[in-house]
Amino acid sequence: MNLRKRLRPPAEVPTSSMADIAFLLIVFFMLTAVFATTEGLQFQFPEDDPTQLDVQPEEAIHIKINGDGNYVVDRTPMTEAEMGGYVQMKMEQTPQKPVIIQTNGEAPYFVMIDILDLLKYLEVQNISIPTQTEVERWKAFGIFE
Amino acid sequence: MTKRHGVRRLAPTVPTASMADIAFLLIIFFMLTTSFSPERTTVNLPESETRTEVSRNSAIIAITADGEIKFTDGERPSFLLGSVEEIGLLTQEIIGFVPDKEFLIKADRLVRYEMVDGVLEQLRLNGVQRIGLLTEKESPGDDG
Repeated sequence: MNLRKRLRPPAEVPTSSMADIAFLLIVFFMLTAVFATTEGLQFQFPEDDPTQLDVQPEEAIHIKINGDGNYVVDRTPMTEAEMGGYVQMKMEQTPQKPVIIQTNGEAPYFVMIDILDLLKYLEVQNISIPTQTEVERWKAFGIFE
Repeated sequence: MTKRHGVRRLAPTVPTASMADIAFLLIIFFMLTTSFSPERTTVNLPESETRTEVSRNSAIIAITADGEIKFTDGERPSFLLGSVEEIGLLTQEIIGFVPDKEFLIKADRLVRYEMVDGVLEQLRLNGVQRIGLLTEKESPGDDG
């Protein structure tokens, strides 16, 4: 009888394809990951109370954005830089001064964001963004002309 | 000098066993850092310099450049709305459960402001207090 010792190959787990599978999964997760935008400009609506109209026209800075994207600040047309200087000057006098942004419906959204950004940059505390019906109501109260 | 017999050369191998470990580590990293946003509409957000972190799980209202409005309460995937007025009821429902829920507006930069105004109006009328306008980081060299 031939009792020659057989040479067995050592037992092995085939792991070489594991890396391929894993990298495939990595690529999948990287491609499907949508980076959620979680930053922006925040503001708060005041309590809805029609009887309380604490914003007086001469006290607030009134920024009006026209349909063509130009703006009028307290009835004076200004550029963005001029507006920045004007608002800053007013803020130094009265830091709590409210600023009203009234935007024409025709104007593109980013113009309003630019102004809101500028006001946030100047650390204006009191920003008011009235909606169209509020503007109508304020007009009825004679606050806006 | 006699050549020694019996010195067997080992077959050259690349050690790939740890490769899988590294790869799985990366998978776990990506899985944990990926936050699946329920709102996946692509819009061209306006840019701003000042940005603050908005709260997670906020309701999101997306307005595309074509004037489509999509809504999500922050948990379920967003769906298309027929009109701005539909936001009213949806908002009322959410505010009933979570009074200080934050609502985010994800509007395209070129959208006409009256669209945003209409949405803001609905939110205001239904008692929303915290609003966020999502923006992109302003790219340097852009004077905007």
